[in-house]
Amino acid sequence: MKQLLKIKVNNQYYEIYIEPWKSLADLLRDELNLTGVKIGCNEGQCGSCSVIMDGKLVKSCLILAPKAMGKEIITIEGLGNFDQLHPIQKAFIDHFAVQCGFCTPGFIIAAKALLDENSNPTEDEIRRWLSGNLCRCTGYVRIIEAIKAVSKNK
Amino acid sequence: MKPFQYFSPNNIEEVIFLLMAYKEEAKIIAGGTDLVVQMRRGLIKPKYIIDISNLKNLSYIRDDDKNGLKIGAITTIRDIEKSNIINSKYSIISQAASKLGSVAIRNIATVGGNLCNAMPIADMSQVLLALSGRAKLVGPNGERFVPLEKFFIDVGKTCINIGELLVEIQIPTPLPNSKGLYIKHLNRGSIDLPIVNVAIFITLNEEKNFCKDIKIVLGSVAPTPIRAFKAETVIKGNQIDDNIIEKTAEIASEEAHPRPNSIRASVEYKKEMIKVYIRKLIKEAILH
Repeated sequence: MKQLLKIKVNNQYYEIYIEPWKSLADLLRDELNLTGVKIGCNEGQCGSCSVIMDGKLVKSCLILAPKAMGKEIITIEGLGNFDQLHPIQKAFIDHFAVQCGFCTPGFIIAAKALLDENSNPTEDEIRRWLSGNLCRCTGYVRIIEAIKAVSKNK
Repeated sequence: MKPFQYFSPNNIEEVIFLLMAYKEEAKIIAGGTDLVVQMRRGLIKPKYIIDISNLKNLSYIRDDDKNGLKIGAITTIRDIEKSNIINSKYSIISQAASKLGSVAIRNIATVGGNLCNAMPIADMSQVLLALSGRAKLVGPNGERFVPLEKFFIDVGKTCINIGELLVEIQIPTPLPNSKGLYIKHLNRGSIDLPIVNVAIFITLNEEKNFCKDIKIVLGSVAPTPIRAFKAETVIKGNQIDDNIIEKTAEIASEEAHPRPNSIRASVEYKKEMIKVYIRKLIKEAILH
């Protein structure tokens, strides 16, 4: 039984009919084709579904769709694209912080949320902040270097 | 996830009405960080979901010397972690909040949810119990207060009756020379269920060598967070020295009764770590 949901995603307003048992991650991927939002564990542990909701970092797989009513969401697609990379995206490329790429959108969103709150984090603060994002490929070192590099330049 | 009907009431009266109408088939959702996981795993299958996150008047942190600290039930863990009031006067609460999940979880998880989910490992339950917290419930018959010692009944079970809603947690103003410390022993750096957790809230004399009062809470070693009452009586009202600390730690370890089939750690290891942490926390409390 679908319900009407009004939501703003990457600066555009949408009106969507969706079942209340679907998650925000389902909505973004299936209704809006924003497949940069990944579903990894579907339990709120791996962080590959990370988005920014009303300015706060959240796990979209844990948010039932109706809870996003009236909220403003930013996904990786809203940060930058091939023609105009966001500085964090560029830093991840420059510092080889990407291997398979599955966790990357989640990490970049998490990094953006961190730098929005704290533009000059220490390495410890970066590590603590990223504890909700898992990467099986890189070993995290270059991800942290990339984020440090962006924060220095800002 | 099984289909359900979703409600988003705007006031407490509506919530109580829905709870009375749908009884055991309804579940309250605030942040949903525990509930959604359980529903996805099929552990619970509510037919009706009552979302209370729009009850903005249930999100607050208030403190005054007369009435103590009052936290609204849907205050997020992140707001608690960052609160100036809590960091300056009740820092054990923000210590626990900072160890719950990750930032993204803390942004939507609520203190009421942590308590009502009633897991023996729950971070906020431990420290609020150590601070002599009590829960304010509102229901069809009005309001009632329950000290947290009586709030947790079993794993996943609280004293909340059908039709009742947790609206507030109250903490009395701490006495001078009081200190709260919380430790969460994890296998990994974060995002893990603890092997044990321990919270102590101790009131000392000026010289910090005499224990006027103490509350010791042990987590992950019983179906609910428990007060180590016997261990408390060992040290309460006594000079603090290494002997007394050791005895307190041993008795606390005996009061812990972890279940034998936990995949995280053996009974012996958990009981030993209780001893280690009681020693550590009391020694830390008398130092600073």
